[in-house]
Amino acid sequence: MNLEFSEEMNMLQDMLNKFLHNEYSFEQRQKLSRQGIGYSEENWQQFAEMGLLGVPFDEQYGGFGFGQTGLIVVMEAIGKGLIVEPYLASVVLAGQLIQQVGSEDQKHALLEPLIGGELKLAFAYAERQSRYNLADVVCKAEKKGNQFCITGSKSVVFNAETADKIIVSVRTSGESISQAGISLFIVDKGSKGLSTRDYETVDGLRASEVHFDDVMVDESSLIGELGNAYEAIQTVIDSASAAICAEGVGVITQLREKTVEYLKTRKQFGQPLSRFQVLQHRCVDMFMHEEQMRSLAYLAAIKVTGDDASELTKSVSSAKVYLADARTIVAEQAAQLHGGIGVTDELDVSHYVKRLTMLNTLFGDRDFHLQRLCSL
Amino acid sequence: MDLNYSPEEQAFKLEVREFLRTNYPKDIQEKVAKGVALKKSDYVTWQKILYKKGWVAPSWPEQYGGTGWSPVQKYIFEEECAAANCLRLVSFGLVMIGPVLLAFGTEEQKQKYLPDILKSDVWWAQGYSEPNAGSDLASLQTRAENKGDHYLLNGTKTWTTHGHYADMIFVLARTSQEDRKQKGISFLLVDMKDPGVSVEPIITVDGMHVVNQVFFDEIKVPIENIVGKEGEGWTIAKYLLQHERTNIAQVPRSKKQIERLKALAEKEQCNGKPLLKDTNFRRKIAEVEVELMALEMTNLRVLSKLSAGEPPGSASSLLKVKGTEVQQAITALLMEAVAYYGFPYDKNVMLDGWEEDPIGPEEAIFLAPHYFDWRKTSIYGGSNEIQKNIMAKAVLGV
Repeated sequence: MNLEFSEEMNMLQDMLNKFLHNEYSFEQRQKLSRQGIGYSEENWQQFAEMGLLGVPFDEQYGGFGFGQTGLIVVMEAIGKGLIVEPYLASVVLAGQLIQQVGSEDQKHALLEPLIGGELKLAFAYAERQSRYNLADVVCKAEKKGNQFCITGSKSVVFNAETADKIIVSVRTSGESISQAGISLFIVDKGSKGLSTRDYETVDGLRASEVHFDDVMVDESSLIGELGNAYEAIQTVIDSASAAICAEGVGVITQLREKTVEYLKTRKQFGQPLSRFQVLQHRCVDMFMHEEQMRSLAYLAAIKVTGDDASELTKSVSSAKVYLADARTIVAEQAAQLHGGIGVTDELDVSHYVKRLTMLNTLFGDRDFHLQRLCSL
Repeated sequence: MDLNYSPEEQAFKLEVREFLRTNYPKDIQEKVAKGVALKKSDYVTWQKILYKKGWVAPSWPEQYGGTGWSPVQKYIFEEECAAANCLRLVSFGLVMIGPVLLAFGTEEQKQKYLPDILKSDVWWAQGYSEPNAGSDLASLQTRAENKGDHYLLNGTKTWTTHGHYADMIFVLARTSQEDRKQKGISFLLVDMKDPGVSVEPIITVDGMHVVNQVFFDEIKVPIENIVGKEGEGWTIAKYLLQHERTNIAQVPRSKKQIERLKALAEKEQCNGKPLLKDTNFRRKIAEVEVELMALEMTNLRVLSKLSAGEPPGSASSLLKVKGTEVQQAITALLMEAVAYYGFPYDKNVMLDGWEEDPIGPEEAIFLAPHYFDWRKTSIYGGSNEIQKNIMAKAVLGV
């Protein structure tokens, strides 16, 4: 047993920390988040040059083959810097789906430009009624000759605005909420009948409602087997859930450090706030949660690459429950301990608070994952 | 012990309900129900309607425009207002400076200021907190030097709610250096239109502009604008913290929010069924309802004591801590109810409501910003940590 990062992972981590330190200040992040497409295309190209876009992909497609361990290193940095570039949408979700169930042709045709920074993807899986159930798919695709016709809507599709192509989960057979009969298609953003309604998210990112109005796609756009996509979707969402737990570790670390620093400098009643035991204990609670969260995020990363499905579910959902608890133990306390300044837009703290809170919602909240653990 | 309202109280309840039904503007009601930001004109409109009816200042003595209601009647009024989604009148005039002037002001000050407060013709702001004086309010540094016919005011105040709307501000300022920091503070009334006053907006976590930082630069405050005696400011500030806070728990509002939560959960789907039928979600609502039930009864016990003429003591601290905890728990559940639809954010919709088709459930877009914004309630008005210190000292004697 060895739970240390490899030399390669340490180098990746150092490179990311340097990037955050030199080129990704909070002020720059805010500027990016609030204008134009909500992130920097230059940064994205730099990510490609740094090799970040190839971290989880096999070497034969131009990736680094670092798998889920590589993802935790990148995602923790994304959390630390509140990075707004579409890494989760394009690499972790859509890219990994292709790697998992795409044909050889699709992998070469899509992963290579994705890794090179020339192609961006998004993954549309949620619907108005679906909540967190990945099998609750109503949006449908019907076979018409050699083509499929897609009709329906997808909800809160991250970074669909700037994606070149969107992978969409659709029902090709079976009842709604049935795991059987779900398929994946990759659709050009410019397809006739495809429209998006783009918006900012409360945590400073971008998402869209995506509407398919009789969008015709070729059979070659099918990713994986017809009607058999549920398992692949669940696997990639589990991988992404483990990845955002690592992002959460980055956010929690920042909030803990910033809160402790603030309490040391802020003086009230003639002494630093850090001298008050009741506040010290809350910071210690944050610290303990941070360490436990890191443990669960790493464990989930290990299990995601393993081949025991129930161990995977158990570790991912456990990590996600812990991430949800960070809302009360870390996010709410960080705001409270900063006082008024903690709920202003100007200070970075409120933005870390918002991201950590919304990570609870992403891919299923506390109830959803506890329920999943109970039904194992 | 009898929980039931007397026949008179019951009749009063119906009278209030009927008045609100026929007089409360529907457009404002809709905004409050959805969570759309309110404009100054909304507050003024509703306050003037209540003023005409004579119901604008339940806590004031009748001779100055009060209602003469008992504590129970005031509570009934709050209950009905919350049930009808009434906007909460701005408290700085009616609940803060008004009662201060009634208790400590000169007859001249009362004649000069009270009528405009009632009519909402003059807006007041609160000048208490400073960048370096938050929980430790008594360490405030804003100075007012006595120059004979005026005080020369210099300094800054922060978290000034509606400072950008206000015509006047009541300010705690240091008029002398004494051995204890609580001494030497005075309570001054300052004209916001003075050229020496400047107001800088502070944008909060929800992206909205409600609070401000206010700067005072060499302002001559007429000597007659002091309330009470020089150096009596802390006593007045403390008076405000202990009185007029029976609605601090906001029980009626929380009950209304629980209703709203249930209605929303009835509409939202979870595995093909209404979310309200989901055992886990239902259980979380029940947990908040238990706390709220206890809080309502505690609040009523305090009211009952007040009706019997007993002082509120430090009950307001308990009501504040538990009240804000319940309110915050409800904002979290509202956000959780809409799952992924907590993500979309649009500042213009926050300000004006939807002009086009909503994204997801109509009210969803307000819920996450509201949850984040509501974190402020355990920070302001004496943070919950400070309230616990007060209870430890005043009630437990530790």
